[in-house]
Amino acid sequence: MSVAACPGCVSGPGSASGAGTAADARHLSYSVPTIHCAGCIAKIEKNIGTLPGVRSARVNLSQKRLLVDADGGLQDKILARLAGLGYEAYPLDRSVLEKGGDPEARALLVRLAVSGFAMMNVMLLSVSIWSGAEGETRNFLHWISAAIALPTVCFTSAPFWHSALSALRRVRLNMDVPITLAIFLATGMSLFETIVGGRDAYFDAALSLTFFLLLGRYLNHRTRMAARSAAVELAAMEAKTALRMGATNQQVPIEDLRIGDVVLVQPGMSIPVDGTVINGESDIDKALLTGESLPERADLGSEVFAGTRNLTGPLQIRVTKAIENSVLRRIGELVSLAETAKSQYTGLAERAAEIYAPVVHILAFATFAGWYWIGGDVRQSLNIAVSVLIITCPCALGLAVPAVMTAAVSRLFRAGVLIKDGTAIERLAEVDNVVFDKTGTLTRGEPVLTGDIPAEALAIAAGLAQGSAHPLSRAIIQATTERGTEPASLTAITEVPGKGVEGEFRGRKARLGRAGWLGADALPGTMQTWLQLEGDAPVCLRFADVLRPEAQAVVRQLADRGFAPALLTGDRQDVARPLAEQLGIVSVLADVLPEQKVTAIQERGGRTLMVGDGLNDAAAMGAAHASMAPATAIDATRTAADCILLGNSLSEIPRTLAIARMAKRRILENFAVAAGYNLIAIPVAVLGYASPLAAAIAMSTSSILVSLNALRLLRGPAS
Amino acid sequence: MTALLYLVPISLILGGIGLFAFFWTVRSDQYDDAEGNASRILTDLYDDEPKPDP
Repeated sequence: MSVAACPGCVSGPGSASGAGTAADARHLSYSVPTIHCAGCIAKIEKNIGTLPGVRSARVNLSQKRLLVDADGGLQDKILARLAGLGYEAYPLDRSVLEKGGDPEARALLVRLAVSGFAMMNVMLLSVSIWSGAEGETRNFLHWISAAIALPTVCFTSAPFWHSALSALRRVRLNMDVPITLAIFLATGMSLFETIVGGRDAYFDAALSLTFFLLLGRYLNHRTRMAARSAAVELAAMEAKTALRMGATNQQVPIEDLRIGDVVLVQPGMSIPVDGTVINGESDIDKALLTGESLPERADLGSEVFAGTRNLTGPLQIRVTKAIENSVLRRIGELVSLAETAKSQYTGLAERAAEIYAPVVHILAFATFAGWYWIGGDVRQSLNIAVSVLIITCPCALGLAVPAVMTAAVSRLFRAGVLIKDGTAIERLAEVDNVVFDKTGTLTRGEPVLTGDIPAEALAIAAGLAQGSAHPLSRAIIQATTERGTEPASLTAITEVPGKGVEGEFRGRKARLGRAGWLGADALPGTMQTWLQLEGDAPVCLRFADVLRPEAQAVVRQLADRGFAPALLTGDRQDVARPLAEQLGIVSVLADVLPEQKVTAIQERGGRTLMVGDGLNDAAAMGAAHASMAPATAIDATRTAADCILLGNSLSEIPRTLAIARMAKRRILENFAVAAGYNLIAIPVAVLGYASPLAAAIAMSTSSILVSLNALRLLRGPAS
Repeated sequence: MTALLYLVPISLILGGIGLFAFFWTVRSDQYDDAEGNASRILTDLYDDEPKPDP
């Protein structure tokens, strides 16, 4: 099992349960977004844990995941059991997930604990000093503080001075330069004062600085890791091999295939290459590549593409294009191309740091120079300059963004929206229009049986459809269960590739398949299949790709809020138009190729949110300002998307946009709090009135204010 | 004030014990699923008998 480095190197859905998983099926991992209580944990662990072959099953409620230790080949069984219990689940690639936990988060947490411990102890000692300890006692307390503070500062501030050094090496300033300066100058200054028996020491300030900043750093890291693990867990499980035909058939990596090679693709597998059919008949599911909902027939001479899926019969395909040039790879390249533009996005925190860092240095230096010029006392001037550095130090600024992001991400996660990219929330807040893909996004992406069918005919059709992977067959099975009918039992069922299925029902021949095969006249403009029982007239079964139940409400809400929803689809005009009208979407662009989707997004101007699920959307999603995909989307698309709708429903889209905007407002408010605090504190410090007590109070108050403001995001209405 | 000479070290040692207890909890993965652990106590699974060894 391996992970594609580029999202385009993925070949469709069938691969998930294909050869890749069997090799490393011991540890299985699933994302189960609807787990929410103790009852769910008990139910799932009990039911999955008792499946034969399963050694252990453990639910992680915080991450809404299920980890299973089991024999190979149980993937599908576990998924089916979970579905039976009423939980949607998505298999994850655990071999990638579990590479030794997250050492960086642990290191930060340990640093945070040490600095918290030291800060509280030194703060206690400082309280005695502030309340009037004198002479020997004060010196004693200062020395103990120094003994605690020095090793702590050296150990806990490592992340800051590492980053500051690497910035200075590139002759740049970042937020960590003033932080490092403040921490070390404060500690050094205080040590000097302790040695000479001075009155003021800033050990507590240096430590609380480290503590609050580490807290911000830790929250930031957690959000980023949550984002990254989402990206990793959705990484593709790719069927990277193909069965090459020759004197002996051989399973080879697709990279080794040359133009002119012939590969054999079994029904149910995804097609690994672009090529021409030289033998066999089948139906090809092209939905992922083009967005077209109805499978297409393939026989001798048909052109097929990598990333589509072979449904009904084995096909022999002659490779006509090198792997690097396959349509699938080209889409992958489009995605990464579009994403490089996005990676240059500068977040609010970085922009704030760019302004902040130089200002603080100039201010502290000017204070030193000013006091030295007036009084000529180096020690006093340095003391005041250090207190300016400490007071202005960006505790609040360092917490302003991470605290809000953590709150927003956790609120969205509870609502079933997984944020995968650190800057996604800020970008979502800026979105001003929304573009939807059709198949699989606004619609369910799978046909549903419509119209009245006699119960007996349906039962026979279901009996025939049972063994087939064709989407229409699956729709028949589903309709049968929903309408409370049992599939009839038939004998001698055989699939006739490219035509349909036939079998025997109580001695009569039954056939289910294309109109032409049964000698019936196809009805124009609908998805259909026909059933014929020997001696009877053929019966038509019609299907439609139905809208998701919430689609209409979501589109209307978005339109009301001025997001101007639009439809962008690879499907035909005559399918897209009526659907758009039904939803109230005015702007429709149908019949577009993946490349054209990208240009369509770029030409829209404004900041677009693209919602899509197919491979054909992936590139457009990379080009859009922000993107979302339902959890049912294929791997490549989920990789390209900024956030995943885990509940598999569109109804969270308006709310997500609202929360993102609220988060941005909170960040700006936090900046205002930090700036307002500095506006008061800086003059006091520059004039030399800042005492260690004032610094400690001011710093903690602003940090707590900022954190509380961020926490407001967890509650309250999101509209 | 001589009380400080032994009270301060004692308080530091006690605090240090707490700190090392925290390190231990971090090392043994006790923060991986805080929400799940909070809920697990509510299930009645294995209330009547211990969990059988696998």
